[in-house]
Amino acid sequence: MNIYVLMKRTFDTEEKISISGGKINEDGAEFIINPYDEYAIEEAIQLRDANGGEITVLSVGNEETEKQLRTALAMGADKAVLINTEDDIENGDQYTTAKILAEYLKDKDADLIIGGNVAIDGGSGQVGPRVAELLNIPYVTTITKLEIEGTNVTVTRDVEGDAEIIETSLPLLITAQQGLNEPRYPSLPGIMKAKKKPLEELELDDLDLEEDDVEAKTKTIEIYLPPKKEAGKVLAGDLNDQVKELVHLLHTEAKVI
Amino acid sequence: MSRKVVVLGEVRDGSLRNVSFEAIAAAKTVAEGGEVIGVLVGESVSALSAELVQNGADRVVLVENEKLKQYTSDGYAQALLAVIDQEQPEGLVLGHTALGKDLAPRIAGKLSSGLISDVTAVEEAGGNIVFTRPIYSGKAFEKKIVTDGLIFATVRPNNIAPLEKDESRAGEVSSLSVDIKDLRAIIKEVVRKASEGVDLSEAKVVISGGRGVKSAEGFEPLKELAQVLGGAVGASRGACDADYCDYSLQIGQTGKVVTPDLYIACGISGAIQHLAGMSNSKVIVAINKDPEANIFKIADYGIVGDLFEAVPLLTEEFKKLKVHS
Repeated sequence: MNIYVLMKRTFDTEEKISISGGKINEDGAEFIINPYDEYAIEEAIQLRDANGGEITVLSVGNEETEKQLRTALAMGADKAVLINTEDDIENGDQYTTAKILAEYLKDKDADLIIGGNVAIDGGSGQVGPRVAELLNIPYVTTITKLEIEGTNVTVTRDVEGDAEIIETSLPLLITAQQGLNEPRYPSLPGIMKAKKKPLEELELDDLDLEEDDVEAKTKTIEIYLPPKKEAGKVLAGDLNDQVKELVHLLHTEAKVI
Repeated sequence: MSRKVVVLGEVRDGSLRNVSFEAIAAAKTVAEGGEVIGVLVGESVSALSAELVQNGADRVVLVENEKLKQYTSDGYAQALLAVIDQEQPEGLVLGHTALGKDLAPRIAGKLSSGLISDVTAVEEAGGNIVFTRPIYSGKAFEKKIVTDGLIFATVRPNNIAPLEKDESRAGEVSSLSVDIKDLRAIIKEVVRKASEGVDLSEAKVVISGGRGVKSAEGFEPLKELAQVLGGAVGASRGACDADYCDYSLQIGQTGKVVTPDLYIACGISGAIQHLAGMSNSKVIVAINKDPEANIFKIADYGIVGDLFEAVPLLTEEFKKLKVHS
């Protein structure tokens, strides 16, 4: 099976966000593989181990993204590809990323393309379905279970709590939802092996793409932090009285009930 | 600069979801005086047209076909793209629901357009339609504009006020016949897990349980409170990991992000990842035995105490309030 995993490098979930020069401040921030993409990598590894094949992890990013690609290799992926757009693109959007990925993937004959269903920084969840559309292959988003027999695929899709059992076939793009699997930690031998695994770096030129071809269709004009919450009231006294007071406050002061 | 804007009305169990009306309100802003066209896709959905118009659509286009009874990406994409091809709108708005998240990016891919997802506010400013949306799970916000082509957005449920319903409003309803073919992914079965109560992402009141709930049964008092308040039950990752509840209840950075009017956190310590999923709630109440719990830092009101005592008392008190109001 020829498996491609779409990966994004994101801030660690513990990171506090601060703004500097109108942009998100990255100084001193810890970065990780987008947690939903970890499910994708893990699923790919389990599939390859069961069915044979090769896993290539793919990311559109900058030089730093190499670290996260090495982690994916350490988990067990076979190859990694970084499409480094740092020098070519200042502000890309999802249209940009999807177009670049699709251009790379169009001649790769992927059987299965797996990504996380959403990135925890941008939170849009667009790239997977966009890439599938550009490659004209079917896709299923937010999957919690995957079974492949030959080219027949049965997936379970999470739909706001309900589960849909869906039948489809390869080639296919799927996006991972929490609960798909439990991603492994890279082992020490895995980390050592990863150093020797192929990590290819490409730029737009290598894909025969010009900056104009992938120019963003949207633009961020402002980034700001939500207003800091002021300290609230911790109630005091007998629990019965606290409860009565709370209900009263919610009704008269907060006016939410 | 007036625009023609298409809005997809989302149908669930035979009724229009609230987010459909919120999407119409957003579309009205995008339209800047232009026409707002409601679209209904399904097997037999014409009865819902009137409600779309009463809530602000100027007219409705129906795409009805037995193959559209259930949502499939292929089916709904064909239907919506046919409407877009016919109407040539300058704007397009969907709800940021499971359906919207699945369908909208595909439509954007097909049309080579931009898409601004999960929008919590829309306004006209400085000659542009400006969309506000949360990033980093609500730790920050960004304002975005479309710089080229279709103004396409999905709106987060429960954030944009619908227009005032006008039952006297009438509008033309037309049908577009679309040959739906090649459904490459077929739904074989739907297992309803989301059992009782309101949908978590659309709920105006959320009662949430954390590790302090201690067991699956521990959620019962929370469910009762939710029922009295007409709300939904949520959970922290800790409670889900401990198997006290299903992951579909999880609120947080890697779960659902909710923005209810009232969020009551019971036995939740308030880890930063959980806060990311609920800190933009209008009013937050925290109930926790530990006075040092992080959750108290962002709560509007706090009770330091045992949730198993406090929650039933709250339920009783709210019942009394409902009787008297």
